[in-house]
Parts: sequence; structure tokens; C-alpha cells
Amino acid sequence: MTRKRRRLYGVALGMLALGAAVALVLTAFEDNLVFFYSPTDLIEKQPPAARSLRIGGLVEENSVRRRADGKTVEFRVTDLVNTVAVHYEGILPDLFREGQGIVAEGSLDAEGVFVAREVLAKHDETYMPREVADALKKSGMWREDTAP
Amino acid sequence: MITELGHYALILALALALVQGTLPLIGAQRGVAAWMELAPTTAAGQFVFIALAFGALTHAYVTSDFSVLNVVENSHSSKPLLYKITGVWANHEGSMLLWVLILAVFGLAVVAFGRNLPPALRARVLGVQGLIGSGFLAFLLLTSNPFLRAAPAPLDGQGLNPLLQDLAMSFHPPFLYLGYVGFSITFAFAVAALIEGRVDAAWARWVRPWALAAWCFLTLGIAMGSWWAYYELGWGGWWFWDPVENASFMPWLAGTALIHSATVVEKRDALKSWTILLAILAFSLSLIGTFLVRSGVLTSVHAFAVDPARGVFILLLLTLAIGGSLTLYALRAPTLKAGGLFAPISREGGLVLNNILMATAAATVFIGTLYPLLLDAVGGGKVSVGAPYFNGTFVPLMVPALLAMAAGPLLPWKRADLAGALGRLKLAAAIVVVVVAATWSVRTDASILALFGIALAAWVVGSALVELAERVKLFRVPLGDSLRRAGGVPRAAYGMTVAHIGAGIVVAGITASSAWRTESIQVMRPGDSVVVAGYDFALTGVEELQGPNYTIQRGTFTVTRDGRMVARLFPEERFYTVEQRQTTEAAIHTTWLADLYAVVGDPDGTGGWVTRLYHNPLVPWLWIGTIVIALGGGLSLSDRRHRVGAPARRRRERAVPAGA
Repeated sequence: MTRKRRRLYGVALGMLALGAAVALVLTAFEDNLVFFYSPTDLIEKQPPAARSLRIGGLVEENSVRRRADGKTVEFRVTDLVNTVAVHYEGILPDLFREGQGIVAEGSLDAEGVFVAREVLAKHDETYMPREVADALKKSGMWREDTAP
Repeated sequence: MITELGHYALILALALALVQGTLPLIGAQRGVAAWMELAPTTAAGQFVFIALAFGALTHAYVTSDFSVLNVVENSHSSKPLLYKITGVWANHEGSMLLWVLILAVFGLAVVAFGRNLPPALRARVLGVQGLIGSGFLAFLLLTSNPFLRAAPAPLDGQGLNPLLQDLAMSFHPPFLYLGYVGFSITFAFAVAALIEGRVDAAWARWVRPWALAAWCFLTLGIAMGSWWAYYELGWGGWWFWDPVENASFMPWLAGTALIHSATVVEKRDALKSWTILLAILAFSLSLIGTFLVRSGVLTSVHAFAVDPARGVFILLLLTLAIGGSLTLYALRAPTLKAGGLFAPISREGGLVLNNILMATAAATVFIGTLYPLLLDAVGGGKVSVGAPYFNGTFVPLMVPALLAMAAGPLLPWKRADLAGALGRLKLAAAIVVVVVAATWSVRTDASILALFGIALAAWVVGSALVELAERVKLFRVPLGDSLRRAGGVPRAAYGMTVAHIGAGIVVAGITASSAWRTESIQVMRPGDSVVVAGYDFALTGVEELQGPNYTIQRGTFTVTRDGRMVARLFPEERFYTVEQRQTTEAAIHTTWLADLYAVVGDPDGTGGWVTRLYHNPLVPWLWIGTIVIALGGGLSLSDRRHRVGAPARRRRERAVPAGA
């Protein structure tokens, strides 16, 4: 085996791996890029139902309600201009409370209610999720004194 | 007073690091022995001063000195002593101090174990270490000083994030940093080799133990983080492909490739420039990992430092370190003499395949982790890349790696016969058939994919055992001879076998826990019971208790199976009074084949509690497997050939494994 042949094999193998990786990345990106929407975005852009997406904002005061089954929680997420209703079944994160910034992943149902699969509240209460802060700035409701 | 001394010691350490980062490098270039000799002295001095600084900060924490801002922000007088101490590195400033302390420890280790390194190489390695140290010490002093005073001093501190007041989480960062920073040594060796323009087997023999040590620590560090997420977040999962997890996983993948390719340099004098590149990449990814976690650029479950000034500084450090080393690589790598030839089907070929797949996997994780950042930077909108992406790219790349992992160690160096190697794996194939059949008999509902995962795990473990049996010619020579041969097998070979078996165990754990997990969420009142995967979970009560600095709402579950008592579980919901925050403590009972996992959540207001119950099959195997992997690494590290150090001018020692 000459040096040249060996190099050729190496390059071929490398290209093969690279090609496979690119193909995998592209197909995986196709289905799994999850876009972020603020409540205002949701109304303006009307994403299709059932498409996986993330929303973020503040949990509206006095909006958290537990259904009779005890495990489904209903609440509203607001960017202080628009709000969206959210349903979530399960145990909420420890830091979840009204007035707190959250990010939720899930999809819209036919009635425009956001059904969350996952609710993230930040571990650090002084830390506002970036997306939420940006969404508030965009809606013009960002106040420096409430900022962390 | 002690705080000021610590501050001052840190400044002195920076001064020493600057000396260490310049004079020895110049000295090595010009052949000035006295300047080269500065390297060990300054490295030792740097360690002493950083240790003093670290001691000063620890003192401030232990004595709850609330005139120090860092202590005010991250501690409280009512915190248990253990968490006062671990609180030192549970915050940004302190953890960066730990980072440089570990860097200094590694520098000292190079001085201690590198006595027989050629003086110029040692001076260069320590010089590069000095440069890295200067960068990080400057970062600490300029943007993240832990010794700033608070005036006036408050009466008490704000407490530590309760999620971090936990044993595994306390030791997760030090282990992770031992891994990250350990790769700085291989990086320094790589840069030194590029400057010298020479890479040989002796070089690889010095580099491999450092890479192995760093890799073992990183393996354990990642596992600890994962374990913590498993029991503390209360979601029953152990890996979320969260950016912060990926940040530590990318250097691990590069490090895995590095320890394999360094073997080829050591044994066969080939793959030199690739190994150098991997050493650079492993440390670069460690730096990027630090950057991702510390700058808070990514929204993550546990990002906790958001400060643009720091981000810019780290970005600058990254550019200098990564850009500089890669430029040096581009300039100098072509001058490295290529070494031994080998056929595509050979031990080397197998290791190359491992390298290609590990590097590609690291690249796909990298893309998935940084793409949202990139898209946001160019104004393309906010996206997040979820677990399905990572599963969709990472798993297909690992399958061929695991398949090939079985055959690789059976192939001889240079040129091999694949059919012959596969022939010898018949026994492993038989093991696979038996294991899959056994799994099928227990889980008749198993999907093809799940069975395939179990088959892969059995294949990896089986082939590792076959390879060891081959080495000692088990059953082909009298048993006594086999035992004698077993005594002659180098520890590094045992290390490989053990680590590969560990990988197989982890694969089994991953497969079973993702395919057969049972989850059940419901509202329960005391007296209610729920059946999860054949286990009867009865909630017998929920009571209020008092912890050292928190109040507890503790549920009691009695778990029975077919009427027989299995376990009592006590999940807790803790409320930390100082921080005004709640944490979840899942209760876990392990049968070693599965975890029974219970969480008690909020009351529903009518006398019931939301509870979350899981049956997680083979999750304990993940932790066992990782420990076995790290054990394998440690075993390899204890090999005489490494321990003797670098036999620089000594005759090469017996390196031929018996029967290989």
C-alpha cells in the first residue's frame, strides 16, 4: 500500500463520514428546529397547529388554575400586550409562580390553546429567560426596574 | 485581612504566570538554560499563591465573613459547613478560581512527573501552561474578582441556590474541571511539539497518561452531573441534551478520540498531525464549554452567569487560544514527518474509524448546540434544537462505532484479516443471540430498535471478553498457562477491556431506560395506591418536617409487589427559607435492574398531592457503566509503562502483549 493510496482511503472515509453527518444533520434539523414565539408573535404569525414550538413570557397574575383532575394546570402567559392560554399536565417546576418568566415547549391545539409538554422556569430567580426578556422588550413592556 | 492577602496572592500568581508564559518559551527557542529553568520554579510558585488565594476565599466562606461580596451573594450563616465549603466554587467567581487552581495543580504535576522530559520540551509545555494561566488569572482579576468587599457588610448572606446544596452537585464541578483543565496539558504538549516540529513515540507516551487522566475525570464529572439531574430535577430523565450538558460532552468525545489516536502515535508512529489536532480540539472544546456555561449566552436549565463583559473577555481568550494554536498547526503540521504505513483493515484502521466517528459526533453536537446562537446573532429568529435532533444524529453515528469497537482490538497492527477477526467473534455473536432471546422472553413487547440496542450492548461486552480470552488463549492451552499469560497481559490492555465492557453496560442502560420507562402522574390522597410496572405504590401519608436550613414536606410511599414489601420511599419537597425557594428530592429505590422513583409535588388544595411515579429499567447500569469505564481508564493509567514515566533515552520497554 503506497502512501498515496492510504491517503486516498483516508480522504474517502473522511468524506463518507462528513457526507453522512451532513445528511443526518439536515434531516434532523428539518423536523426538530423549534422556533420561539412570544404571545404577540403567536397572534401575528399564526403558526400551524400541532407544530412543535416554544413560547415564553410572564405567567399572568391570578391566572393559574388547577382542573378537577388535579394534575392539569391552566394558566396564561403574557408579554403584557397579548396573552396565550396554556395547559400543562404534570408537576410544574419548583420556581413556577405567577409573575415569573417561563419558557414552555409544546404545540397549539385547534382552539389556539398552547398545550405544553415541558415548562421551564429558571433555577435562578433573579434571572429572566433571555427569550422572555427580549419578548418584553419587543412588546415595549420592559422596565429596567423590574429587570434582574 | 486574610481576604486582602488572598487578593494579593492572586495578583502575584498572575505576575508569575506571565513570567512562566514568556521567558521559558524564549529560553527554549534560544537555548538559554537558565530561562528554561524558570518554568518549574514559577509553576511551583504559581501553585503556592493560587492555593493561598483559594484558601483565603474558603476561609471567608467557612467563617461567614459577610464583608466579602462573593460570600454575601452565595452563602448564609445557617448553611451546613459542607455547603459553606462547596459554596466556594458553586458560583462564577469561585469556580473560576477553582479552574486556575486545578490548572496550577496540573502545572505542578508536570514539574513533579516530568523530571525526565527533555528540558526544552518541558520548558515549552510549562510555558504554554503559563500563557493559559495568565489569560484566566487576568480574567479573574479584571472581570470576576472573588475578593471584592461589600461595604457596609450586611448581617447575613443571601444564601446559595438550593439546587446546588447537594452532594453530587458539589463535586461535579471539580471533576469536570479536572477533565477540562487536564486537556490543557495535552494542549500544551501539542503546541510545544508544533513549535519543536517533532512528534515521536516518546512524545505520545508522555501525552497519553495526561489525556487518559483528564478523560477519566471528565467521564466521572459528566456522570455526576447526569446523576444529579436524575434525582434532583424530578423529571425521571438523566440526559436532556441541554447546552450545558453538551458543553461537557463535546470535549469528552474529542478526548475519547484523542486517547485512541495517541495509541497509534505511540505504537506505530502514525496519525501524528491528526493527534496534535485532536489535542488542540479537545482543549478548545473545553474552553468553549467554559464559555457556554459561564457567559450565559444560551438559555439553559442551569446557566447562571449573565455578564456581557465576561462573555467578551472569554471570547477574546477563546480566539487567542484556539485561533493561535490552529494557526500554529496550519503552519507547522505539514513539517511533521509522516510515520508508519498501514492498510485500511488493521488495528490502526479501526482506531481511525473510531476517530472519524467520534469527531463527527462531536461536530454534530457542536452544530446543534451553537446553531441557535448563530441564527440569533445574524437575526434569523429564535430557535432551539431539541433532543430529537441530537438523538437523530448522535445515535446513527454511534451504532457503527460500537459495531466496529468489537472487531478493532482483535485486528493486528499494520495489516489484518477482517474475516478472521469476525470468525473469532462467533462466540460474541452467540452471546448476543442468547441475550436478545432472554430480553425478548422478559419483554415480549420490545420494539426492534430496543432489541437492537440490547444486541449492541451484548456485542460490545461479549467481544471484549472474547478478545481477552484470545489474549490468554483460554481453553486452547492448559488453564495454568492461560493464567500465567493473564498475568503477563499489560494493564493498559486490561484497561481497554474493562472500559469497553463499561461502554456496553452504558449502552444497555440507555436502551432500556429510554425504551421501557413507565411514567405515571396523578393526584393521590393518603391511602390511595397506583400500580406502575407491576409495583404497587401506596401513599401512606405526607408530613411536615424541619431540615437544617429548610422545611420539608415529606411523602411516604409503601411499595409492594404481589403483596410483598419492596421498599418505603420518602420523596421530599424542600422549602429553603433564606432563599425562598423550593427543591424536589426524588426518592429512589434501586433493584439494580430498575429504579423505582417517586416525587411528591404540590398539594391540589383538596387534601391530595400531585405525584409522579416512574419505573426506570436499567438506569443504575448507567452509573455502574460509567464507573467501570473510568476504572478501565484508571487501570490503563496504572500501567507500568506510564508509571515509569517517559523512558526518554532508555531502551523501549517490553511493550509486546503476550499472545498479541
